Amino acid sequence: MAREIMYRDALREAIDEEMERDSTVFIIGEGIAERGGSYKVTEGLLSKYGPKRVRDTPIAEAGMIGVGVGAAIAGARPIVEILYIDFAMLGMDMIVNQAAKFRLMTGGDGRVPFVMRTQGGTGGGVAAQHSQSLEALFYHIPGLKVVMPSTPADAKGLLKYALRQPDPVMFLEHKHLYMTKGLVPDGEHVIEFGKGDIKRPGKDVTLIAWSNMIPRTLEAAERLAAEGIDAEVIDPRTLVPLDKDMILGSVAKTNRAVIVQEAVRRGGVASDIASIIQEEAFYQLDAPIEIVAGLNIPIPFNLELEKASVPQVDDIVLAVRRTLHSKPLAQAAE
Amino acid sequence: MAAQAQKANAPSRELLEKLFRTAYKIRVFESEGIKLYRQGLIRGYFHPYLGQEGIATGVCAALQEGDFIASTHRGHGHCIAWGADVKRMVAELLQKETGYCRGYGGSMHIADIRAGNLGANGIVGAGTPLGVGAALANQIKGNDAVTVTFSTDGASNNGTFLESLNLAAIWNLSYVLVVENNQYAVSTRIEESTRDVDLYKRGLAIGVESHQVDGNDSLAVYHLMQDAVEKCRRGEGPILIEAKTYRHMGHHVNDPGKYMPADTLAYYKERDPVDRARNALVEIVGLDQAEIEAIENEIKQEFEDAVEFSKASREITLAEFNEFVEAY
Ligand SMILES: Cc1ncc(C[n+]2csc(CCOP(=O)(O)OP(=O)(O)O)c2C)c(N)n1
Ligand SMILES: [Mg+2]
Repeated sequence: MAREIMYRDALREAIDEEMERDSTVFIIGEGIAERGGSYKVTEGLLSKYGPKRVRDTPIAEAGMIGVGVGAAIAGARPIVEILYIDFAMLGMDMIVNQAAKFRLMTGGDGRVPFVMRTQGGTGGGVAAQHSQSLEALFYHIPGLKVVMPSTPADAKGLLKYALRQPDPVMFLEHKHLYMTKGLVPDGEHVIEFGKGDIKRPGKDVTLIAWSNMIPRTLEAAERLAAEGIDAEVIDPRTLVPLDKDMILGSVAKTNRAVIVQEAVRRGGVASDIASIIQEEAFYQLDAPIEIVAGLNIPIPFNLELEKASVPQVDDIVLAVRRTLHSKPLAQAAE
Repeated sequence: MAAQAQKANAPSRELLEKLFRTAYKIRVFESEGIKLYRQGLIRGYFHPYLGQEGIATGVCAALQEGDFIASTHRGHGHCIAWGADVKRMVAELLQKETGYCRGYGGSMHIADIRAGNLGANGIVGAGTPLGVGAALANQIKGNDAVTVTFSTDGASNNGTFLESLNLAAIWNLSYVLVVENNQYAVSTRIEESTRDVDLYKRGLAIGVESHQVDGNDSLAVYHLMQDAVEKCRRGEGPILIEAKTYRHMGHHVNDPGKYMPADTLAYYKERDPVDRARNALVEIVGLDQAEIEAIENEIKQEFEDAVEFSKASREITLAEFNEFVEAY
């Protein structure tokens, strides 16, 4: 059985269930206790678990991320909520130089089960310092797990898993998704990292997207279906670890790939996925891989410019048409 | 002063011997370690704790099993005082598989999580939030462990110093921030880095009980720390302790330290923490020269054994490394 709930409620269920299960799980963040957080994810947790395990912090991102990392090293399971991914930049030393490296520096003995929940992406006209998609920064750092759920069910299952595994997790939500609804299975619902999900099966082209680009890509796929193009939409759900098998399996079937990311094009995760596909499935490709990505620009405030800065449904549709209209390699060689 | 008051009831032989043994062991580790470095057996950075032994010695003597420490780039002394196995420390410096970090970490990353040692740190100031985090974990687990961060004058001007201590304060954590004020950050004098060189006042400014102590007096450090630990276990933490000290040489083994004025250096060497711990044992307890030598020889032998052990140990293999890479 399943219930239709919002993304933010799914996240709350995950935290609630894991706090219930494991008394070392706790959460700190700005305004998360009595106020229940800016996105209402932590509403009700204070009254249920008390001020020891649900704490407001001062505005001290480097300190609170660092304290979370230290608590994780010492054997607790902290969730640190950072209001905007942009603000996580204040704590980068603790993420990059401490959390990510600790396991190696200790020769494997030290583990850091630290979960940073934060949100990114455009929406609501919050401009350049509150709209970034920065997953590539974390993706680049060996030792971090990078999770970007697109649906309530994935959000719940992945967050529960994050609170059971031993490594630092960058749990990146999307500000546009908190109020979206979806079916979440009843009972224990845990999703292992590294397992992608086929959000829409298809045979003509593989579309790879994550986070808020999933609803957009699915919309594009519906429009393409009307043109007789049957697109498969794959959501890796976790960028690290990445479900390469699912991606390569799909490309082997469709022989075409379009990767969609909200983040800026330069140095992005999409480019890395493209390089994996060309390296491991080059002879299965019938067309160049397309990347639909944000412009290499900070996000402007003006709504039209904001839209122009990140992929829209039209951009995805056009990219798919381009891949399909290019001739298969065999034909081109004739 | 706390230290003065305590002198009335004389410290036990057990305590004084413990302090001397620890301080001397650090002294041997660092001076002999430098020789290994000069022989080319140790690579990378090596920041000696020479001259500062009194601090780690006094602080750790007041801690017990189950407590936690977080350290700095100048961390050998903290490890030793914490009770680390010298064999595994030397092996780490010699990048051997038997080292604390299997040769993956080196001098600046020696850690022993199972024993509550959160590790040395190559990032100045990082130990503060990590230590506060451990204290938070212990509060949430509901135990009475105390966590100590060994910090520095250099780190006191980093933003996380305030952020972390403030978090410890609003949450009443069992946390002691020990600021080792050796008056230099590499070659930069403390007077160049801050207007008020009495760093304990930083704690007072945010409502944290704060003290200043002569870091070269391991007994005074111990008494102050013992008091701090008791308060923490009663839920009256955090506490800040500024321990004034001075390095006996440059910032690391390859820094001649020419910028350190000869007269200041002489002043601190006259107040050498190891000598003072030894003298206390002679003067208060009445140990004779032969007894002192026996202790010293035992410690020197322990170090020599550690070197032999490390030289005989193997390094991690590339195959083992590849497994690690796959798992990371
Ligand atoms: C964040 C950071 N900045 C700079 C350095 C380079 N560095 C290493 S030790 C050091 C001086 C540290 O002085 P202090 O913190 O007082 O400690 P001490 O060496 O005196 O023990 C510097 C600048 C570093 N390791 N980390
Ligand atoms: Mg210093």
